[in-house]
Amino acid sequence: MEEHHCQHLLGELSAYVEGEASEALCAEIREHLAGCENCRAVVDTLNKTIQLYHTLPQPDLSDGARQRLYRTLNLEALLKP
Amino acid sequence: MSEVETEREMIERLRAGDKSACAQCVEQHASGVYRLALRMLGDEAEAEDVVQETFLSAFKAIDSFEWRSGLKTWLYRIATNAALMRLRRKTPLAVSVELPEEDGAETVPTQLFDWCCLPENDFATSEAKTELEAAIRELPEKLRAVFVLRELEGLSGEETAQTLGVSIENVKTRLHRARLWLRERLSGYFTELARSHEEG
Ligand SMILES: [Zn+2]
Repeated sequence: MEEHHCQHLLGELSAYVEGEASEALCAEIREHLAGCENCRAVVDTLNKTIQLYHTLPQPDLSDGARQRLYRTLNLEALLKP
Repeated sequence: MSEVETEREMIERLRAGDKSACAQCVEQHASGVYRLALRMLGDEAEAEDVVQETFLSAFKAIDSFEWRSGLKTWLYRIATNAALMRLRRKTPLAVSVELPEEDGAETVPTQLFDWCCLPENDFATSEAKTELEAAIRELPEKLRAVFVLRELEGLSGEETAQTLGVSIENVKTRLHRARLWLRERLSGYFTELARSHEEG
């Protein structure tokens, strides 16, 4: 990651992985990636990282916590199972 | 009824102290507020406290609700502030270990091994999941709030900006840095895993 070009590319990567980069920029990035193993590794693993955190399970409030919340808010009478 | 009208009616009912409106608001938003607090704090009991605080202060301050943000954004803003306050109480020096901010500096990658093509099984283990959750918990505070709202709770860039009181440009920059930071942090674990396969 010493080359000036790699640095420049790094700032644009989020737009690139989200498909928001302009066509000209995409072409420039693709050309750079073809010749730069380091940047290829960064793009690949960045994509993988994004994919991984999007598949994390979504925790939810437990039934007990929900009951306590209703009690705190004086809403017990409205607590549905 | 349009979404805006539904929300307008909801706010009017909340202002009038309508209990069924309060319950409806809790049903709609409590899970999201809880996940936000849990990802920010990494502790279930503390996250539950934040949920209670959030709805208590929201219902109390409903008269000061301003229409420029939606109800959800407003609740998330209260919850984020409550979570950040707890974090600061726990680690008052956290500010000094933050990455340089607003200076345009990027998180320069140092981990350059390409672990993206490890067998899928390696990504599905509970160890990998634990590693990812720990990484999110360790994200620098300012990056974490943006990351959780935008990427885990799916708020738009504009909603995230409103929730945190920062510009949309700032949200983009922080999100980019959060992703690079997580990539770097996960690279340590997955690179070692790949090496151990090679040796094994
Ligand atoms: Zn490069």
